[in-house]
Amino acid sequence: MASPVEISVAATGKKLTVPTGLFINNEFVPSVDSQEKIHCVNPATEETLCSVVADPTEPRTATFVGSRALNSVRMRAEWAGSELARRAAILARRSGSAKDIDVAVAAARKAFATTWGKNVTGLERSRLLNKLADLMERDAQQLAELESLNNGKPVKIARDFDIGDSVACLRYYAGFADKIVGQTIEVDNKTKVAFTRHDPIGVCGQIIPWNYPIQMWAWKVAPALACGCTIVMKPSEFTPLTALKLSELIVEAGFPPGVVNTIPSLGSVGGAALSSHMDVDKVAFTGSTVTGRKIMEAAAKSNIKKVSLELGGKSPQLIFESADLEEASKWAALGILYNTGQDCTAGSRVYVQESVYDAFLEKLVEKANALTIGHGFDEKSGGGPVVSKVQYDKIWSYIESGKQEGAKCILGGEKRSGKGYFVDPTIFTDVKPDMKIVKDEIFGPVLSVGRFKTEEEGIKLANDTSYGLGAGLHSNDASQCMRVSQALEAGTVWVNQYNLLYNNVPFGGKKQSGIGRELGSYALEEYTSVKAIHWNYGEKLDWPL
Amino acid sequence: MSGTFTHDFKTPAFKGKVSIPTGLFIGGKFVDGKKGETWDVINPTNGKKITSVASGTVEDVDYAVKVAQKAFDETWGLKCPGNQRSKYLNKIADLMEEHLDEFCALEALNTGKPFSWAKKGDMDMALDTFRYYAGWADKISGKVIETSEDKLSYTRHEPIGVVAQIIAWNFPIMLLAWKVAPALACGNVIILKPSEFTPLTALLFAKLANDAGVPPGVINIINGTGPKIAFTGSTLTGRKIMQSAGKSNLKNVTLELGGKSPNIIMDDADIDQAVDWTAHGVYWNMGQACCAGTRIFVHEKVYDQFLKKFTEKTKKVRMGDPFGDVDIGALVSNQQFERVLDYIDSGKKEGATVHLGGEALKKDGFWVEPTIFTDVTPDMKIVQEEIFGPVGVIIKFKDDEDAIRQANDTTYGLAAAVFSKNVDRALQTAHRLNAGTAWVNCVNQLHAQVPFGGFKQSGIGRELGEYALENYTAIKAVHVNFGHKI
Repeated sequence: MASPVEISVAATGKKLTVPTGLFINNEFVPSVDSQEKIHCVNPATEETLCSVVADPTEPRTATFVGSRALNSVRMRAEWAGSELARRAAILARRSGSAKDIDVAVAAARKAFATTWGKNVTGLERSRLLNKLADLMERDAQQLAELESLNNGKPVKIARDFDIGDSVACLRYYAGFADKIVGQTIEVDNKTKVAFTRHDPIGVCGQIIPWNYPIQMWAWKVAPALACGCTIVMKPSEFTPLTALKLSELIVEAGFPPGVVNTIPSLGSVGGAALSSHMDVDKVAFTGSTVTGRKIMEAAAKSNIKKVSLELGGKSPQLIFESADLEEASKWAALGILYNTGQDCTAGSRVYVQESVYDAFLEKLVEKANALTIGHGFDEKSGGGPVVSKVQYDKIWSYIESGKQEGAKCILGGEKRSGKGYFVDPTIFTDVKPDMKIVKDEIFGPVLSVGRFKTEEEGIKLANDTSYGLGAGLHSNDASQCMRVSQALEAGTVWVNQYNLLYNNVPFGGKKQSGIGRELGSYALEEYTSVKAIHWNYGEKLDWPL
Repeated sequence: MSGTFTHDFKTPAFKGKVSIPTGLFIGGKFVDGKKGETWDVINPTNGKKITSVASGTVEDVDYAVKVAQKAFDETWGLKCPGNQRSKYLNKIADLMEEHLDEFCALEALNTGKPFSWAKKGDMDMALDTFRYYAGWADKISGKVIETSEDKLSYTRHEPIGVVAQIIAWNFPIMLLAWKVAPALACGNVIILKPSEFTPLTALLFAKLANDAGVPPGVINIINGTGPKIAFTGSTLTGRKIMQSAGKSNLKNVTLELGGKSPNIIMDDADIDQAVDWTAHGVYWNMGQACCAGTRIFVHEKVYDQFLKKFTEKTKKVRMGDPFGDVDIGALVSNQQFERVLDYIDSGKKEGATVHLGGEALKKDGFWVEPTIFTDVTPDMKIVQEEIFGPVGVIIKFKDDEDAIRQANDTTYGLAAAVFSKNVDRALQTAHRLNAGTAWVNCVNQLHAQVPFGGFKQSGIGRELGEYALENYTAIKAVHVNFGHKI
């Protein structure tokens, strides 16, 4: 059994314990064979965060001190050279291997066959999910701090939004666990009846991203458990810590061993193993379209496992001349800047009707400037750094390409000095449809603003993408709202608002933004397989025909 | 400030003190009735007074409706989102579970039913029901209906408003849950009238609803005698309620009424199992169950065998102190006691044979022996009418057609059961029985998720399951025109 490590958080003066190892059968265990290491980095300081190792011979203590409010360049410089920084253990966690996935899948299969799935009532599944929600609520502050350390987002946002919504999501699906119903279908009222059972699919591989580590965990885990599935969860290699912490709560809530298993691993190792595994019945993935495609291919090549994909986007927002520009500019700012733009529904293309273009742009810049991007433990921060060096470099290469391709950068576009993967709000105007910053998903706080003359032109621009995740429109003309909302090609259309999601409203993509729907009653379809039972209680067969 | 009733239980099943307020529960406070009337609550095992509780009058009801309407307008209904209502309902369930034994003790004391059955039957289901509807509270959804491309039509399932709920005395806390949980989940506010015979557990519930933080006025409980409109009780009273709803403001009415449920034992049934289930069907809760399987149809080929085994089984039914190791207790009230004895007398007078039992116990309280009648004819009162006591009639039949015809020969249609190992035959029979619930090789099975209610004169509407939400929502169709020019 692998032991937990302690992380000292200077900002609070408290310690956080993080379990080490892979979580299989309700225990934290070492990897079977892996030598691969995952480095957990604090994106606000660029320091490697902690050691949570699968191999019990590795050192087990780490001091994490990067949680001081390190907003200013000066302070960050001080921090980088400090004694504390030198003492911060630069350690890593081992990555789960394909063999570890085998062990976890076997555990999940056994639980499905014996203690979960059809072996437990919906009421019991409901009770456990509610219990899990209570525990997550109890530990919200601690989880939020850990999320902030590993992901960079502000603690208050992690706590009040990510975790608050996650607790509600668990409770919402707790309520569904005893409401999984089939249909009875009249075939012939005298001799036959047919009915459907919505059986749990079985063992589910769930691969979640690093932008909302806890919330994506809840979106995946809650409906799967409600339906009676068992889970092998692969958190992102960038942000595995909270998924491990939540695994402790799985035990505390009383779920039987093997129902939820957590294998932190690289996507190319654990993710690939899950999606090509012959004994995994379903794989659910949230992440990039490139990876989603690979997962679907692997599913096709292996056992035709069911696939649900929640992928990227390049979501448009249309600002019409009748819109309340003050409100629309706030929603547009939220759309691109929430979570520092690392959001699959980020409204990264804003098209403004010509007559209000200048007025809107002025307000938008004012709103974008009002947001403080800073350290996660600073109460003033409305956004944190981006999650990783990889992501940081990718965003900056897009900003450079925007400049090179001739777009006009009217806000941001300058790197900060000092440590931390900070990207300030960046707005490009004078964009053209073929520019990379207009076509590609950037996943950072980088907005392209274009203009249109007519409603028709606006719709055409908005739909000119291979993605179809989200779309927004702002207008005070009710008829226009209806026309445009119907014409926009997206799984979610926001009218006079943006980026707000509710646990009871479905979410997912059209076109290359995904397959399937999460949230709402729709998500239950992703975790059930429908069996039609035909029952003859009277017809005698004439044979031969 | 109204009074408190404290009882110190010193029983084998439960030891400890239980205290409950005895007032009317209006606007989150326990108060005396405006006229100061009280009502004596009787212990059915000895006929003695347990305590007295405040008894409401029309003035109290008027006041409670005002308070409830205010809560509906300000803190509940559309003002309280579904996930919040869900939290309250789950919290109520958790608090009820914390006080599980106290509820069971009060229920046993007041109704005469065994403590053990109150626990594994009544309270178990009450908790399931609250938790089940907690899950529905944030899943009330309308539909978007395609009409034309220049129009949006959608439905909203809004709470109805102030609902009156009148519950029976046979399963006081369980029926409270059946009524209160879906009504609150949908966002309604409640005026609940428990039976005057069994008000105690509702008062403990009211106290816990306050502890759970349910806003004042959302739940109001008025004990009293007159039926002053969800309703579970007799068909006679149900008819009166529907009449008065028609005469007043055409309020929506749901009624869960009586039954005279048939139980068919085919010749290919597992006889031992059929005997056990049949005994449960007739004697559970001393026969005071609206779905009691009191007309027992037995195929002539197995009639003698069944009767012999059923008689032995009935003799083994343990009747006695609800807090002891027993299967059944006393009937709920003197009124019910006399009613059951009147029916037994009428059976005797009309020429039926008392095969077993048929007498009251010679002791204080309301005790009637488990009773089996044979040699009955379809026109006898004991075959036609709901007795609501531990009294079953056994009828011999020759073929399935005959059994189904006789089973359906009633104005009631609450439940029905069939026992057969031949699944074809069982399903064919189950589908042909005119009843809101058909049990195959079992009886009296109820689940929070599965709807329950009556065909014919056994009621209107369905309780439990998703179906119950319909009783507590008003559907509004919204038509939005965004292009159709006139």
